[in-house]
Amino acid sequence: MTEVSRRAALTLGTGTLAYVALTGMPVFASATDEMIAAVTGGAEAVDGGIDVIAPEIAENGNTVPIEVSAPGAASITILATGNPNPGVATFNFGPLAGSRSASTRIRLARTQDVIAVAQMEDGTFRKASANVKVTIGGCGG
Amino acid sequence: MAKGVKPRVKVPKTAAAGETITIKTLISHKMESGQRKDGDGNIIPRSIINRFTTDFNGQNVIDVTIEPAVSTNPYFQFEAVVPEAGEFKFTWYDDDGSVYEETKKVAIG
Repeated sequence: MTEVSRRAALTLGTGTLAYVALTGMPVFASATDEMIAAVTGGAEAVDGGIDVIAPEIAENGNTVPIEVSAPGAASITILATGNPNPGVATFNFGPLAGSRSASTRIRLARTQDVIAVAQMEDGTFRKASANVKVTIGGCGG
Repeated sequence: MAKGVKPRVKVPKTAAAGETITIKTLISHKMESGQRKDGDGNIIPRSIINRFTTDFNGQNVIDVTIEPAVSTNPYFQFEAVVPEAGEFKFTWYDDDGSVYEETKKVAIG
């Protein structure tokens, strides 16, 4: 007769939970991952090493100030996950760039995550995201 | 050519050799996204500035690829190194083929 200890039962329980959590996510995660993969060409982007500065709440989605900065980056791409087209802008830094940072103003259709993906000079990719709450959307329609 | 397109650029007049300076650029442009509809429900065709570059004495500082999600009157702020006296050249490329240019001289002082 096999005894099912309390510990074994608990492990089984958390394992099932983790499985449910993992299988529940992809619907959202894959769309975002696909956008990132389109930029990186399938290579994995590591979190960190890049900053996205965006307001937590943007009253007007037509013009949201955003700043990206990634020391050692060759280029930085900004993606808006909740827009009809996720692409926003790509900054390619030349030999005379004073720092690997830039600011601009962007349109956001609704409350969403803004993702920045940086291609570093060694060819690896870094990413970071910022959630922006939008009161009035900025894509017309 | 889109109407009323006017570039504005803010660059310090002088800089120390090798100094990093901040540049602010803005160009007045509608940046029609191609998502909006007019009163009759027809889609207004896309008309944006799709690329912006900055060079200093022929060397590239920044090259920006722009999508419709950049706001009306696209604004960019970034930093550049000034190794010697010379001229910044800013270029905006419109969807309709127009190219808008602006230059700013920087002296060493």
